[in-house]
Amino acid sequence: MQIDIVSLITIFILAVFVGNEIINKVPPTLHTPLMSGSNAISGIAIVGAILAILADAGDASKYIGLAALICATINVVGGFLVTDRMLKMFKKK
Amino acid sequence: MEAIQITNILYLISAVAFILGIKRLSHPKTARSGNLLSSLGMLIAIIATLTYPGKEFDFTLILAGVGIGAVIGAIFATRVQMTEMPQMVAIFNGLGGAASAFVASSEFLSSPNSPFIIVCLSVFIGSLTFTGSFVAFGKLQGFISGRAITFKGQQAINAVIALLSVSLILAPGLFFDSSMYNGYLNAFFVIIVLALILGVGLTIPIGGADMPVVISLLNSYSGIAAAATGFLISNNALIISGSLVGASGLILTNIMCKGMNRSLANVIFGAVGAESEGGGSSDGKEMNIKSYSTTEAAMILDAAEKIIIVPGYGLAVAQAQHVAREVAESLEAMGKTVLYAIHPVAGRMPGHMNVLLAEANVSYDVLKDLDEINPEFEDCDVALILGANDVVNPAARHDQSSPIYGMPILNVDKSRTVIINKRSMNPGFAGVQNELFGYDNSIMVFGDAKDMLNDLLKEVKEL
Repeated sequence: MQIDIVSLITIFILAVFVGNEIINKVPPTLHTPLMSGSNAISGIAIVGAILAILADAGDASKYIGLAALICATINVVGGFLVTDRMLKMFKKK
Repeated sequence: MEAIQITNILYLISAVAFILGIKRLSHPKTARSGNLLSSLGMLIAIIATLTYPGKEFDFTLILAGVGIGAVIGAIFATRVQMTEMPQMVAIFNGLGGAASAFVASSEFLSSPNSPFIIVCLSVFIGSLTFTGSFVAFGKLQGFISGRAITFKGQQAINAVIALLSVSLILAPGLFFDSSMYNGYLNAFFVIIVLALILGVGLTIPIGGADMPVVISLLNSYSGIAAAATGFLISNNALIISGSLVGASGLILTNIMCKGMNRSLANVIFGAVGAESEGGGSSDGKEMNIKSYSTTEAAMILDAAEKIIIVPGYGLAVAQAQHVAREVAESLEAMGKTVLYAIHPVAGRMPGHMNVLLAEANVSYDVLKDLDEINPEFEDCDVALILGANDVVNPAARHDQSSPIYGMPILNVDKSRTVIINKRSMNPGFAGVQNELFGYDNSIMVFGDAKDMLNDLLKEVKEL
């Protein structure tokens, strides 16, 4: 997949603006879950890791991909689970 | 429709799920479903990748990686104590950085024609985030001294490393024969080593009290590293999610800096909290300290209508938030209003204190942030300070010689009576003695927070 760099930069800049808008609306009470949740989202590198583990790839690049996959999966699974654990505790009486 | 378009549409759906998921974090009521939505987005992104047209994956290896990662992640997530949340986030930031650096490395090794600058940017930020996060973890966990570790020429060394890295990234030809792939490869390895060293170098001079800022900043870096990797492999999912996380980390960093009235540059380069630090304006001034018993404190609370509890990190360390909630409930049962005042830097990371109180079953609608609660102190009968110190020091408002001058504080001194529970007269994180303790409307109840609150609970119940 080859997309030209300008489109990528366009997407990047627009995403930063969207991020700025929605994250400013998160109240201080939820800042810790926001952080652990965004940790999980930064585990999106899992996509890149999977794409590196190709059947015909060289050993080096395959096993580095595996290292990436383990790190990213810890982030994704751990991040979403712990965020859920925290958010479950926020109750109103 | 081409198969690749379907993949890209799935990536778009997952990005939208992340955005809506974060949006639902704007209220505790919808937050949990938001997190679920985000995780669904991740699942879609993974499925889209596994069905990527024209790619043959090594599924055994992928299954092994996901299996190992999922088990480790699940163990972390279920075992971690809420007080240890900053350490866990630090580790996760580091792993996020490492994952992006690994992906970029793998890409560079398999396709030597990848744009070198983008490869390096991704590897550099990722590696720096990795070591920086682990130093932050070590400091929070107490493996490394929480004090700012400084030595002569430290900043010069960091500057040289940074400069060297930038020139290597922009012009590897200056150092290696860049007419061949091997030249680039050498430059690439040197950049990784430099970034790993720089991550340590930038984090060790930062004191323990500033760790909330550092964690937020590293959170942002882990997002930026993912976005950079997205540029490298031309993947929108990585670019969008990475920039969301990058923005989130930066916003939190900014909030934490404001909470301490410090600039980001001052936090990173100021080395506040080193051994030489200390001394405050109140030194030498005699303070008239009034020490009361819990019985007397209970009687003052009995006469009060409106009570604001100000929890500090000391409360959480003593695991006293549960008994604090019981005291609050007993007071509420007597018809009194009880609120909690949460300073932005009350815990060890943004929003940490709120999580600790939520864990103790405190209803989220009585947790008030700085701007909400400050006007409330004017007609408050008792402010009950539990383990907080610097964030209630009035010197921040008027004493220009104080190191915490200008920091936004909770105006507890405006309350009719201020009851302060402290273990001893030791100064707080900033090394400053608190003039509030000597105020006419202040009384001190010395002792361990948990013991004191247990006594207080008994007294209040007997009222």
